[in-house]
Amino acid sequence: MKTSYLPVGLPAPLADRQGPTAPFWKGLQDGALRIQFCRACNAVQWGPDYICNACHSLDLDWKPVEPEGRIYSWTRVWQAAQPVLEGSVPYVVVLVELVSAQGVRLVGNLLGEPLQPVEIGMPVVGVFESHEEAGTSYTLLQWRKMDGDWRC
Amino acid sequence: MTAERTLRHKVAIVGIGETAYFKRGQSPDPEYVLALKAILAACDDAGLDPRDIDGFSSYADDRNDAARLATSLGIKELRFSAMQWGGGGGGCAGSIANAAAAIATGQAECVIVFRALSQGQVRYGQGAAAIGYAAQAAPVIAGDMAFSVPYGAISPAQRFALKAMRFMHDHGVSQDALRAIALASYRHAQNNPRAIMYGKPLDSDGYDASRWIAEPFHLFDSCLENDGAAAVLLVDAARARDFQQPAAYLLAAAAGSGRRQAASSHSAPCYATGNFNEVARRLYAMARIEPREVDVVQAYENFTGGVAMALNEHGFFARGDANDFLTIDNLSAPNGRLPLNTSGGHLAECYMHGMNLVIEAVRQVRGQSCNQIKDANVALMISGPMVTPVSSLLLGSEATR
Ligand SMILES: [Zn+2]
Repeated sequence: MKTSYLPVGLPAPLADRQGPTAPFWKGLQDGALRIQFCRACNAVQWGPDYICNACHSLDLDWKPVEPEGRIYSWTRVWQAAQPVLEGSVPYVVVLVELVSAQGVRLVGNLLGEPLQPVEIGMPVVGVFESHEEAGTSYTLLQWRKMDGDWRC
Repeated sequence: MTAERTLRHKVAIVGIGETAYFKRGQSPDPEYVLALKAILAACDDAGLDPRDIDGFSSYADDRNDAARLATSLGIKELRFSAMQWGGGGGGCAGSIANAAAAIATGQAECVIVFRALSQGQVRYGQGAAAIGYAAQAAPVIAGDMAFSVPYGAISPAQRFALKAMRFMHDHGVSQDALRAIALASYRHAQNNPRAIMYGKPLDSDGYDASRWIAEPFHLFDSCLENDGAAAVLLVDAARARDFQQPAAYLLAAAAGSGRRQAASSHSAPCYATGNFNEVARRLYAMARIEPREVDVVQAYENFTGGVAMALNEHGFFARGDANDFLTIDNLSAPNGRLPLNTSGGHLAECYMHGMNLVIEAVRQVRGQSCNQIKDANVALMISGPMVTPVSSLLLGSEATR
């Protein structure tokens, strides 16, 4: 049974404990979408960094947000860049901007038929996709279209 | 009173050199030999003894080390060596700016700016090593690329497709506009025997029938992958007339990027851009010219979508006018409104990370192009749209002095 949108064998996001992105990946494994913010000035910041890009505080933390967004951009990939993907084209990559955190964008895949119509602005909701592969476990955040006519 | 701080008419390109261009992996020479050949060719073009070179400037982490080149070439005293930060070709014009600044401030006299690529040795932008993970049984990826690679957004085409799709949406750009950019390069390459695609014309039907790589990019929207090397020789403008070729004077060079352009996970505030809004403003200000005074443009094609962005941001058409402006007639030499990539560019001549485009810009102001624009006095060269930092260069003929 297919348990992930793309086949097993692509690189796993490295849970680098020293890196500024580690709490993001840990959050996905816990079933939560967390984004970085500054405890000193309260600014939301994306992508993650070691320093607040606004006030230069090093006191950064993470908070959960709803995994809901709109398609900011997309592409349908027809030529595989890695051998492991050769049987899986075409597939759809989306760039999603979160509804509750403007300017925070995430790359993911749009679940469903690869030839389904895709439009910038469509609302999407996150789907947590867990991977257990060769001794590593991690979770990706995928997206599916919200039901209904989104232009209404 | 302080002197005006500018590169305008302070430095000139007096020599150009390039190897034959090869399809990726086809060069009989190793990359270092390609670099040496291009440098020797630039010196020969200028009539300079290569031992009189005293500086090297490059970009994109070129592997051919300046001190090693100086040793190989018997250079008496190396005075200047600089590497412009940033990947891709965003640093091409910036590396010329660095060399020009060194000459204008008395740090060096004869500086070579070059790029050498043998992708048979190391393929650029592809494969596990290039995207930052080890090819192993259970591969992992860290940092910024972890936000896209696990989702199959891996190659430059796949990642830049996201930017181009948004740009086309925001500006109402049609697929026909991208096609016109590709057709112009192929048309010009048919008059250039050095071009990889010489003798291989492309028409609208051929473009439309070509396979998708990643929408909105067809096969013909992507640059080639090549082996070769290209170099230019810069000297003080006061000496420019002592060399055997007509000089191409720097009118301006500018490098840099907009606010937060390196924000990871595709989260730059001004995302759907070639990243030239600030660079182009500074470029024209230094050159003291307007976009309408540009006679011919060599615009770096990583992908056609990036060219559309770059031309918009360099002031050639207003937002919303892309489809009217980007037509094969407007972009063709010799009589189009803005002849584009007159050697065939990266789509059809060679992908030498912009340095072949600099050479073609020099040829145009010298009057030596195989698609020569009549009275081409001002040539624009644009480096590496959509990366960060990027850079641009304006060259002028003797008539601009
Ligand atoms: Zn702060």
